[in-house]
Amino acid sequence: MSEDGRKVRIIQGNEASVEGAIAAGCRFFAGYPITPASEIAELMSRRLPPVGGTFLQMEDEIASINAVIGASWGGAKACTASSGPGISLMQEGVGYAAETETPCVVINVMRGGPATGQPTISSQQDIYQARYGGHGDYEIIALVPSSAQEAYDLTIKAFNLAEEFRVPVYLLSDEIVGHTRERVVMGGPIEVRERVAPPKEGYRPYAAGPDGLLPGMPAFNDGYRLLVEGQHHDERGIRAGDDVNKSAALVQRLNDKVRKNIDRITDVERVDLDDAEVAVVCFGSTARPALEAVQSAREKGVKAGALRLRVIWPFPEKVVAELAGRARTLIVPEMNIGKLVLEVRRSAGGRAEVISLPRLGGALHTPEEVEGAIMDAVKGGNAR
Amino acid sequence: MRKEVRVAGFGGQGVILAGVILAQASGAIEGREVAQTQSYGPEARGGAARCDVVISDKRILYPKVRQADLLLAMSQPALAKYAVDLDAAKGKVVIDSTLVNELPDGLPPVYRVPATKIAEEEFKNRIVANMVMLGALARVDDVVAYDSLKRAVAENVAPKFRDLNLAALDRGYQAVEGPGLRPAAGANDAPGAPASGGR
Repeated sequence: MSEDGRKVRIIQGNEASVEGAIAAGCRFFAGYPITPASEIAELMSRRLPPVGGTFLQMEDEIASINAVIGASWGGAKACTASSGPGISLMQEGVGYAAETETPCVVINVMRGGPATGQPTISSQQDIYQARYGGHGDYEIIALVPSSAQEAYDLTIKAFNLAEEFRVPVYLLSDEIVGHTRERVVMGGPIEVRERVAPPKEGYRPYAAGPDGLLPGMPAFNDGYRLLVEGQHHDERGIRAGDDVNKSAALVQRLNDKVRKNIDRITDVERVDLDDAEVAVVCFGSTARPALEAVQSAREKGVKAGALRLRVIWPFPEKVVAELAGRARTLIVPEMNIGKLVLEVRRSAGGRAEVISLPRLGGALHTPEEVEGAIMDAVKGGNAR
Repeated sequence: MRKEVRVAGFGGQGVILAGVILAQASGAIEGREVAQTQSYGPEARGGAARCDVVISDKRILYPKVRQADLLLAMSQPALAKYAVDLDAAKGKVVIDSTLVNELPDGLPPVYRVPATKIAEEEFKNRIVANMVMLGALARVDDVVAYDSLKRAVAENVAPKFRDLNLAALDRGYQAVEGPGLRPAAGANDAPGAPASGGR
């Protein structure tokens, strides 16, 4: 351990997520084991009790997410972790958390689907599930780590965003990020958003500030008059599903509080973009071969760059639109049938050619494969 | 420098633990960049298992093995499957000669250690065959220092099995045979023949 309390360890992304969660103040975990996320539950069961936290192995994933929601209202920063089939079961609860503005973190270590699919193999197929998995109109935030280090850093950030925006926040990890052991620097000074108890006098739990956000987070048994209600409700939390105006206002705010704060939430890494003619828009484990391909293309004199997304929801459409105005071609490698490319294409609005580079089966793209797409794009451009 | 090491065999042989120890030795102890990944089936034992370790002096982006420099093969199917991914010019293969008998054509230099036999007969515990293989690796290539491996074993294996694993590691280091090996430090071997390749 160094002087500023940092320590370096060689650990899996899943272990790094646990350490990040504990560092961010997570003191409650409920889950049910599933490959490739089981290490998170296993390590939580060992790490939480010594720091005064609670670990619960639940009977299933539906119970897990509901226990997390209860724990959050009980005053604990709370999270769960699972993979495809388990995350599917959680969707009703995620929607309930969105409706009730319950801060919580859901870690999805993505594996190949649909159904039981590929338990031990990676994918990025669940990105739309994260955004649209539950019924109704709501917004969540989703972060995508590319390395064990980012599994640590972005899990901390996920908890902070959950507290700030009072939403369920996904950490969309995947089997490769979750299971790769590599260097992680932990500890030291980190930014943690602590819960602030709102004033009790005249407290209305769903009275939002001008930015659409709820100030503070109360807890049960602390003397607040709290009603947590899955039907649409008024500022006091009392049912108002039959009131079309109040219902409209609530759903609008649940979406706007994320959409209108997109600039505060957007988190991207720009690599060699200043003069890039071809840019790879990438995220998660797929970003690793993509960045290597860009490096290699640069060494050959090709003006290639990369926009790596650390937050995919809300989608950074302004950043992509601006990039499409400068680069000629955008390439989108992803381990699914070609999903995020739709958002990239929409945001590009025809100002840049957008090439999809999907991959199914769970084998990570090779750097050569992405570089080949970059070189093809360069040649295609010269021919025009 | 980027070196790609692959450990492959059956589930239950400790293939993944061997790779984890190597990653800890290179990464935590020698301070290199490492990326250790694994491939395994849904079965707890008996299926194919593979553990890959990429070791580099620079940040590792692509974390997977493309063309292994070193293959530790602990089963015949593993050698058959992964021989084609070896770097024919620079590569080396270490086989558990108890379980691997047939060598495909065109292999780079092959080093043999009867890891399972040593584990069963000398340690009465076939589970330490993976440590015998790791010890052999340290003798065959300088990808990792033997002392670093010893420290990594001591730090990552349950205390009651520490001495057993360290002894198995040492036997592998001593017992491996192959082209151009220098005598093991402290071994009673006759002075080795002049190196004819391999290192």
